Amino acid sequence: MSDAAAIPANFKVQAPPVELEREVLVNKQRDIGWLSDRVASVIEGKTPWWWWAMMIPSLILYGAMGAMVCYQISVGVGVWGNSHPVMWGWDIINFVWWIGIGHAGTLISAILFLLRQKWRTSINRASEAMTIFAVMCAGIYPALHVGRIWYDWYLFPIPNSNDIWPQFRSPLMWDVFAVSTYFTVSVLFWFMGLIPDLAVMRDRAKTKVRKFAYGLFSFGWTGSNRHWSNYEKAYLLLAGLSTPLVLSVHSIVSLDFAVSQLPGWHTTIFPPYFVAGAVFSGFGMVLTLLIPLRTLCKLEDIITMRHIDLMCKVVLATGSIVGYAYIMELFIAWYSGSPYERYAFLNRISGPYYWGYLWMFLPNVIIPQLFWFKWCRSRLWFIFIMSLIVNIGMWFERFVIIVTSLHRDFLPANWGWYSPTWVDILMFLGTFGQFFTLFLLFMRFIPMIAICEVKAITPQADPHHPLGGAKDGGHH
Amino acid sequence: MSASKPYGLLAEFDKPADVMHAAEEVRDAGYKVWDVHTPYPIHGMDEAMGLKNSKVGWFSFIGGVTGYTSGMLLIWWTNAVDYKILIGGKPMFSPFGAFPPSYELTILFGAFGALLGMLFLNRLPRLNHPLLKHDRFKLVTHDKYFIVIETADPKYSPKETRELLEKLGSKRIELVEE
Repeated sequence: MSDAAAIPANFKVQAPPVELEREVLVNKQRDIGWLSDRVASVIEGKTPWWWWAMMIPSLILYGAMGAMVCYQISVGVGVWGNSHPVMWGWDIINFVWWIGIGHAGTLISAILFLLRQKWRTSINRASEAMTIFAVMCAGIYPALHVGRIWYDWYLFPIPNSNDIWPQFRSPLMWDVFAVSTYFTVSVLFWFMGLIPDLAVMRDRAKTKVRKFAYGLFSFGWTGSNRHWSNYEKAYLLLAGLSTPLVLSVHSIVSLDFAVSQLPGWHTTIFPPYFVAGAVFSGFGMVLTLLIPLRTLCKLEDIITMRHIDLMCKVVLATGSIVGYAYIMELFIAWYSGSPYERYAFLNRISGPYYWGYLWMFLPNVIIPQLFWFKWCRSRLWFIFIMSLIVNIGMWFERFVIIVTSLHRDFLPANWGWYSPTWVDILMFLGTFGQFFTLFLLFMRFIPMIAICEVKAITPQADPHHPLGGAKDGGHH
Repeated sequence: MSASKPYGLLAEFDKPADVMHAAEEVRDAGYKVWDVHTPYPIHGMDEAMGLKNSKVGWFSFIGGVTGYTSGMLLIWWTNAVDYKILIGGKPMFSPFGAFPPSYELTILFGAFGALLGMLFLNRLPRLNHPLLKHDRFKLVTHDKYFIVIETADPKYSPKETRELLEKLGSKRIELVEE
């Protein structure tokens, strides 16, 4: 009441003028109770047929991955196509591809939070889940590609009888720290966001098992404002910590390449180029997942066409940055004057793997430019196809970087040819099995929309908005 | 239920503006042991309740400093002291080469500091709470807003506190038991 005197008696709280009102983020003025009901219904209803229709093939592929992992461990890395001179094949391609996909989740949850992009609330939970599962798929490859995986613990600074420590001057060690930190912090961030939403599920739960499980994991959350106050600060801090984290992870992944001497890898543009590509492919995957899910789970009022439109714009922006990087890479190869560098790039474009370069350049640089047109950003089937094209393009980017650089380096005597084996292919398909199995379990048992965060951005939730009950004369 | 002690008065509100206004009045009336429960964080409620800035930042800061320091010390001690191996003529220890892992550990420990600090300051997790036994209070995660003034508050009086909450426009005031 301290400010009451300063507010004139005839002061009225009004809705913003129509021309200044932004397009709403939740359609049809849904109230906050509706949001809980709608999101929870995905979990509470009967398991839909399409869930099983996707779960069964996913489980089969997941099983195939398990079989391939066992085969690879028991026989050796030779079951893959990796061989001299291409010692990094599909394993590292898939590692970089999956970890890149993970980046959109953290971008949405952290960077867009710091930038006060309220639209992130509808998509952040699912994208963070996507991040975690993508990093889990990525993590398989570096663990396996060392060959004798029972020595993987050498990667961590654990005292041992040989008194040997990890060698921290190698970017591969930096990668271990970057990826494991990324996974852990993503899980922490995701889980913290879940606490109030699990409390929503706890308070709606009808069965004993649900009451117990949601009750346990919601940590006794009561929505207390004294708690929210600390919670919001912790959320802000985690967002602030995840932002430099997400930028560093793919930078460090790129240093695995850039710190080497190999033509095509030894470039300073790699860190920003990898990060932009990662966000680009991650948004591609978010679109691939959410376009069908918003329809199947009837979430069209929460994940609106405006959200889709904004995501398409991010794809356009990051795709253009990637395109700039590709062209700059070509320019620098020429400008460097190094014959090896020039040859590496000439060989990418016109060598035996020219088709890889085309599959990289067209889907990542040329085709996303269609998103300049409103028509292209408002047709769901079109955006869905585009999102698949983006994912394929980004896979080929890693193929081009790894295979074309390795297969012809300095000495023609070292040149060779690379092609994957059936184990490579089945293991890669198997990671999709793992990814979709985990994602389907997630969406069936955990709220796939951040309920409390979406509630907080509706006008009904704003005490300063007429829909939130703001009255004449203000309330201060 | 008759044998149990009263925990506090629970007042229900329908609109965020109402609960915010009510919180300001409760603050000005001088109550100390009370709380507002909402389905989502309401911007400006901390001021309305007269809360100070959260201390979570300190936990995160200490975590971050610990992470950076331990990363640097670990790399220096393992690679430059305990078992020296010369690799490619590189120095045994260089802060530049040691920076990326230390940077990651800064973030890792800082993030743990933020989450664990938040849980510590909120005294969570807890397995039970008098409010969680109350059926009507389940709506706090749905679409209702509550103010709870605890009996532990020195200013609490069964009659006057109830009158204050009634005056603030709550249509449903109940006594919650321990």
